[in-house]
Amino acid sequence: MSSINISLPGLNLKNPIMPASGCFGFGREFSQLYDLSELGAIMIKATTLSPRFGNPTPRVAETSAGMLNAIGLQNPGLERVINEELKWLEQHNVPIIANVAGSTEEDYVAVAKAISKARNVHALELNISCPNVKTGGIAFGTIPEVAKDLTKKVKDVSQVPVYVKLSPNVTNIVEMAKAVEQGGADGLTMINTLVGMRIDIKTGLPVIANKTGGLSGPAIKPVAIRMIHEVSQQVSLPIIGMGGVQTAEDVIEYFYAGASAVAVGTANFVDPFVCPNIIKELPALVEQLGFDHISECTGRSWKKNEPLAYHRA
Amino acid sequence: MIKQEMCEVISQQQIASHIYKLTLKGELVHGMNEPGQFVHLKVSQGMDPLLRRPISIAEIDHENSSFTMIYRADGKGTSMLAEKSEGDSIDVLGPLGSGFPLNAVKKGETALLVGGGIGVPPLYELSKQLVKKGVNVIHVLGFQAREMVFYEEEFSMLGETHIATADGSYGTHGFVTDVISHNGIKFDCLYTCGPTPMLKALEKAYQHKKVYLSLEERMGCGIGACFACVCHTGDDPTGHSYKKVCSDGPVFKAGEVVL
Repeated sequence: MSSINISLPGLNLKNPIMPASGCFGFGREFSQLYDLSELGAIMIKATTLSPRFGNPTPRVAETSAGMLNAIGLQNPGLERVINEELKWLEQHNVPIIANVAGSTEEDYVAVAKAISKARNVHALELNISCPNVKTGGIAFGTIPEVAKDLTKKVKDVSQVPVYVKLSPNVTNIVEMAKAVEQGGADGLTMINTLVGMRIDIKTGLPVIANKTGGLSGPAIKPVAIRMIHEVSQQVSLPIIGMGGVQTAEDVIEYFYAGASAVAVGTANFVDPFVCPNIIKELPALVEQLGFDHISECTGRSWKKNEPLAYHRA
Repeated sequence: MIKQEMCEVISQQQIASHIYKLTLKGELVHGMNEPGQFVHLKVSQGMDPLLRRPISIAEIDHENSSFTMIYRADGKGTSMLAEKSEGDSIDVLGPLGSGFPLNAVKKGETALLVGGGIGVPPLYELSKQLVKKGVNVIHVLGFQAREMVFYEEEFSMLGETHIATADGSYGTHGFVTDVISHNGIKFDCLYTCGPTPMLKALEKAYQHKKVYLSLEERMGCGIGACFACVCHTGDDPTGHSYKKVCSDGPVFKAGEVVL
């Protein structure tokens, strides 16, 4: 019996590990390296109604223990994602979480309605938090009432459960989480990247053409852990946690904070085999920590529990 | 076939100002066939620097399962790489990208190879493979100054070699394009790698010739998944069509992408 299978709204996962949106394309590249059906799920690259080229280059810059990116939601648009990318993914036995993005409410609704009908899409990830697009997006992710209304409208048309991806670039993330819960969200994914900037000391100019970019990687893990710790105690929605996950230990830390599954982002660029490696190591770590099942770890940092067996030993 | 492997350092030496030559041994060498491909190196086990570094392949030695890179140590990652010595191991992902097409020239024809600075190294393996095929090669290599010049002798062994320096401290004073026109160099196919202004000048000057360019861009994953290194295509310069430098390139036919 597996100790790491997880059941969440719309998602029966053989393990709680999935690549994060934007760090895995639509899976084609990584399928050359390993069998995608090893993954718990795949969060595919954000899809918008029309194709987007994205931002000018340079689009990435490195920082200590992290990276900044401003890709700008480059994607081939709804129609091609459904007819080409999702169709191609059907050969792999893995549930897809489709990241839905837009600049107007109508965009989001149109994409959600159509993409949620795809056979292998088991859930939507409503992207109200991309820091790298100039229009629309940011209000959806930072004003609770706007986020709530959008969630409600997307829920009305979606055929599958809707997870809302929260931005860390807010004063009060609990307020945002509560708003989308009231809007009918089935779950949360958190966190998106933190807005940052790097300046080249030779040119005196920002390294990234878009000037600002989203900070990801191990540098943001403590921020994500803190936010999930806060939010998971205030809302009753399951949380898929993300931000700087590199190891099985990181996964457990996210569960302890309050997550029920974990997405791996930037680490895929550092070690393309990171997801299957974590999946292999996770059962032994769960057992070593004294749990029968990984779900017992969720919220361990704030629930009133027996002291851990690991510490008793 | 892309592989990830811990490769052993066979040798490392400084060959010019800030320029290092590093030879690694590993099984993934047997997947390397096309000149112009690159590898993605993790220079430290820790998180700083976090990302891999794309480095071009300068020489492939199937017999000894080794390959050589020539790179400039000027940032944190490449400076750490320069500290590696014999017996150390380095995490290598590769070979990546698509390289220079050898079939663009026939036996007996002439290929002109133009390199600028740290764009010179991948031309060395290319030149060796072209010579082996019976193609005449001419090299025009540009550097900033005398102390940055490397591999003049190695290229000279393979064919006619011209050196230019931007400050005139060695070889011809000026740019590679000046060298080509002053010497009236004739060729059937041009292969080039170097700074974008140089590539642009060559693309413009030889519009009616067969020209292949190797591009450089900041990369994330190196395998085509992150969309960090995209460029517009020549037939749709402002639209949604794109090529990824890491996986569709780094070598493109002139005009295929917008420089």
